[in-house]
Amino acid sequence: MIPVLFFVIVITFVLMHLAPGSPWDREGRQLSPQVVENLNIKYGLDKPLWQQFLIYVWGVIHFDFGDSLRQPGQHVSDLILVSWPYTFTLGAVTFILLVPIGIGLGVIAALRQNSLVDYTALGLATAAASTPNFVVGIFLIIIFALGMNKLTGGTFYFPTGGMPSPFNPFQVELIMPVITLGALPTAYIARLTRSSTLDTLRQDFVRTAWAKGLKARLVVIRHVLKNSLIPVVTALGPTFAFLITGSFITETLFSIPGIGRTFVSSIAARDYTVILGTTILFALLIALVNLVVDVLYVFIDPRVRLTE
Amino acid sequence: MATAIGLAHQVDWDVPEQTGLWKDAWVRFRRNRLAVAGLVVIVVMIVLALGARLPATPGGLWKILHVTNSYATPSLQHPLGTDILGRDQLSRILYGASISLTIGIVVQFLILGIGGSIGMAAGYFGGWIDNLLMRFTDIMYAFPDLLLVLVFVAAFGPSFWSIFIALGLVYWVGLARLVRGQVLSIKEKEYVEAAIMTGTSPLKLIVKHLVPNSLGPVIVTLTFGIPAAIFTEAALSFLGIGIRPPEPSWGVMIEDGYAGIFADPRQVIFPGIAVALTMLSFTFVGDGLRDALDPRMRR
Repeated sequence: MIPVLFFVIVITFVLMHLAPGSPWDREGRQLSPQVVENLNIKYGLDKPLWQQFLIYVWGVIHFDFGDSLRQPGQHVSDLILVSWPYTFTLGAVTFILLVPIGIGLGVIAALRQNSLVDYTALGLATAAASTPNFVVGIFLIIIFALGMNKLTGGTFYFPTGGMPSPFNPFQVELIMPVITLGALPTAYIARLTRSSTLDTLRQDFVRTAWAKGLKARLVVIRHVLKNSLIPVVTALGPTFAFLITGSFITETLFSIPGIGRTFVSSIAARDYTVILGTTILFALLIALVNLVVDVLYVFIDPRVRLTE
Repeated sequence: MATAIGLAHQVDWDVPEQTGLWKDAWVRFRRNRLAVAGLVVIVVMIVLALGARLPATPGGLWKILHVTNSYATPSLQHPLGTDILGRDQLSRILYGASISLTIGIVVQFLILGIGGSIGMAAGYFGGWIDNLLMRFTDIMYAFPDLLLVLVFVAAFGPSFWSIFIALGLVYWVGLARLVRGQVLSIKEKEYVEAAIMTGTSPLKLIVKHLVPNSLGPVIVTLTFGIPAAIFTEAALSFLGIGIRPPEPSWGVMIEDGYAGIFADPRQVIFPGIAVALTMLSFTFVGDGLRDALDPRMRR
């Protein structure tokens, strides 16, 4: 994990610094060379690249991610801490809704294979999987904000943006962002559950369970789901990571001041330290999630044993 | 011997007609109606997109401004209406199609070049080469895809070519892993052993055995990569880090239209439908190819 994180820092650092342009570029009137030179000295950008890199890594080891280059006086860690709750609340609410809906749809579709329910669920999942999330979000806005506003004469419609309180999971403002963010992963989980359940249904032990006269509910819960959900649980980890790291489009669309927005605006502004900080955070998150999944796997699948 | 031939002759009617892999796959592909529909949509779009790049056709209209004619409703002259600067929406969407399709399809060759050769080298040579290449692949895997594309595009500066190269430098990872796995499993097959024993040169082994036998899954993966690349370009342009206006990529049009969504929602509906329809078509074709090229899926 540590070596992966180290190389993540190396790659991002080198890419950022080899790029043409600098954080001090402005649209229109440029800063004078003297100012640029002073800024470079202030933020240590005048030193050779390898020295900058060592200083940065030394800081990261001490949880010091440096100061933002474009928002003077702001620590990167402060910027991240301020925007993190928004992204986390959005991701967590989506995740909590996504798991039962995705798995439920998948299981029902598999148990009623080739029925109307199956085709509807599969069709919805395919459509959701190949519609970009910003298109989903915009269509939601057109229907539920614009359309409903017109229909009800402005008395009832969904708000199109903002997220007034970062910690409150129950706010109207979250409805459309959650659907936008969750459509694709829900479709993915549903498809995965369906195909995995279909595979398990064809296994011999399931036929035996039916043959010995077990009730349908018991067959499904005890024999089918217990096995078919193993790959699904494994996929839930990366799905959660995706909800956090992939939220910047949703955040931009609905004006949520989360970490994705921070990342996108720092990219546009060439704010090296903020870009590095968020990238490290995202890579750390993914590494942690993978670790949790590996450990969980041992518990849910007795066939897997941790061996040295 | 004679009896054997006689028997073979008697059961002749039971032996299916000998067909090549590709003909067989085509027959199976044609049976999938959604896949064929997707293919038709894609072909029509490619033709229209080619037309959009010729200045003499209506597609060349995307640059023409009629500021007095902004947000015009659809009419014969402007089938999809006009945008805030009075530019014809249809021709802008067609021009956008040429950008999306070029990026989506052509970048797959770059991915094939990078991912294919890295995966092939890792699987074929094994040993420390495999170890080194796969560790590198694992590190690339630790980045979220879209995030890494963003960092690359930020480094190269926003333009068509930087998106193109960034996509290639990011999406090869999955293909490299796939090719390596394929090569490792094919290397165990008896016919490869036989080929090695009869003294086939490594180059011929790769060209004649390893490449053709791993082609099916590679083609399927690359086909599914097309909608992913189209999505990424549109997303980048939508975020304002991709193709820059006035060139009308679909993402740019959605970004523009989103700013004025309360004035005229059509500005985002049409390009939105275009992106979704294209991605859906490629997904259907990918599904069809997967079923057609994987003989084990034969029903």
